[in-house]
Amino acid sequence: MLVLARKKGESIMIGDDIEVKIVGVEGDLIRLGITAPKSIKVYRSEIFESIQSENKQALNVSASFLEKIKKNKENY
Amino acid sequence: MKINTKFLGSVEIQEDEIIFFEQGIPGFPNQQKYVLLSLGKDLPFLVLQSITESSLGFIVADPFIINSTYSFELTDTEKNELNIFKPEDVLTYVIVSVKEPFEESTMNLLAPIVININSRKAKQIVLQDNEKYPLHYPIQHTKGSAV
Repeated sequence: MLVLARKKGESIMIGDDIEVKIVGVEGDLIRLGITAPKSIKVYRSEIFESIQSENKQALNVSASFLEKIKKNKENY
Repeated sequence: MKINTKFLGSVEIQEDEIIFFEQGIPGFPNQQKYVLLSLGKDLPFLVLQSITESSLGFIVADPFIINSTYSFELTDTEKNELNIFKPEDVLTYVIVSVKEPFEESTMNLLAPIVININSRKAKQIVLQDNEKYPLHYPIQHTKGSAV
């Protein structure tokens, strides 16, 4: 992992077209401004983790699901 | 070929039915090959079933039946990854988290599964506009729909 020290207002480049700028520092909260092409997705890493754990959770379906859903199908 | 499934026992599938997730599905990066299996003609749910791991079967639904205004844009990177050239190439499903009672089940509108029906390539993508389309969208919104 590359570790860089930056001050407020400074930025780093990732490749030619992604810029990450330190917009503000308040205690342990750091605000980042990210400029990237539309084709690059930017999201907090918790979001990806939450999708991973939701997928695992979604597998937790009882074997009787099928019978139940068939019984209830008039409702859906 | 025959595969073992989570809900339907042993099922015969064709090679050309296989859907390929190059990066796997988040949480399961090593399983790349799945098939979509019907749970019954009149049901709005299908199973996205791994062809190698029988316990890996996700209940999925057509999001547009549940929320007719659901829409999102694919990035150029995603289109390239899946060889998508036109909207007709795309089939979209969302994963359902089944709860007891069933009315409390939710759907993951934040991370839809996008399938190219021609190339059979697929990916679970993450939408950026996650205020509008949550990870836990209540399924009971579907009640009273035409399905």
